[in-house]
Amino acid sequence: MNKNVITTIILLLIVASLILVPLFALKGAEFGGSDDAGSTKVEEIQGDYEPWFTPVLETALHGEIPGEIESLLFCVQTGIGVGVVAFLMGRFVERKKYENGNTSR
Amino acid sequence: MTKLQNFILRTSVVLSIIFSVCPTAFAMHIMEGYLPPAMCIVWGVVCLPFVIKGLFTIKKIFAENRRAITMLAMSGAFIFVISALKIPSVTGSCSHMTGTGLGAILFGPCTVSILGIIVLIFQAILLAHGGLTTLGANTFSMAIAGPLLSYGIFRLCKKLNVSKKVGVFLAASLGDLFTYCITSIQLAIAYPSENGGVMASVVEFLGVFAPTQLPLAIVEGILTVLIVMALESYAVPELKAIGYEA
Repeated sequence: MNKNVITTIILLLIVASLILVPLFALKGAEFGGSDDAGSTKVEEIQGDYEPWFTPVLETALHGEIPGEIESLLFCVQTGIGVGVVAFLMGRFVERKKYENGNTSR
Repeated sequence: MTKLQNFILRTSVVLSIIFSVCPTAFAMHIMEGYLPPAMCIVWGVVCLPFVIKGLFTIKKIFAENRRAITMLAMSGAFIFVISALKIPSVTGSCSHMTGTGLGAILFGPCTVSILGIIVLIFQAILLAHGGLTTLGANTFSMAIAGPLLSYGIFRLCKKLNVSKKVGVFLAASLGDLFTYCITSIQLAIAYPSENGGVMASVVEFLGVFAPTQLPLAIVEGILTVLIVMALESYAVPELKAIGYEA
């Protein structure tokens, strides 16, 4: 195997373990967002804090965005990103293959 | 740059400096409505020079350097992916990465500020994550301060002849951490603690964000190294076009 492939696999394994270990090590933890932890901290320091502006979408919906819809929108964001990255990488890889094929012939 | 562009850029630099010395000045993303209006404006104005410089650079890229457009799209898409993934951390809460390291390494901090703003606006409007009123503060921490540090560290590593992979890793992960330090400072200025003032508050907020963010910063560093490796093997002409030596 090529050296880069081995490095890639090792690095991906490290990433996966960094993400998965907390999940299994801290069973029963809530895994809420640290944004929320931030707002809690603000309330701790300031007493009851009433944000002076609510997110546009929440105003339009008259309430919080449903959890499932929020994950949908996060997925859309990831999808857009992955689509562009994969499309471009695919083109680059094929181009290199094509160029190598031409020179070796 | 044309005369007009130059003028706009200079005006914004002057405004930004005036506003940043203003004594009342007060990431992850700061929540909508959680910064007093005055600070929202101050942070917004501080961002202006970077954003305007970035706009002009991107305009130039589109006009003169077609090859670089794909790299620009790649950097933007990388931020989209990375900043959408909420990842569990050792503290039992979730946070997400910034993804701005790649763009900072390839294009420098000003150009990234535009890519970052696009993501922040997307999240503020559609996801109620971050916010329109706090857009300036969030842009400063995620799309300017973080990338600025990433860029500096990458440059420094290059000067010191540190291996490129190590340089990319350090740049991306420290940039990510720095983003959250800036967020903590921004929140602390807005909410100084009653007994101890701003500094005590900084420590409080860092206590919330830093331990959560540390493992994520490592993940971000590794992912950035991986994408740079991929680009170095397959996109040499594009990297040359933007002046990055593979």
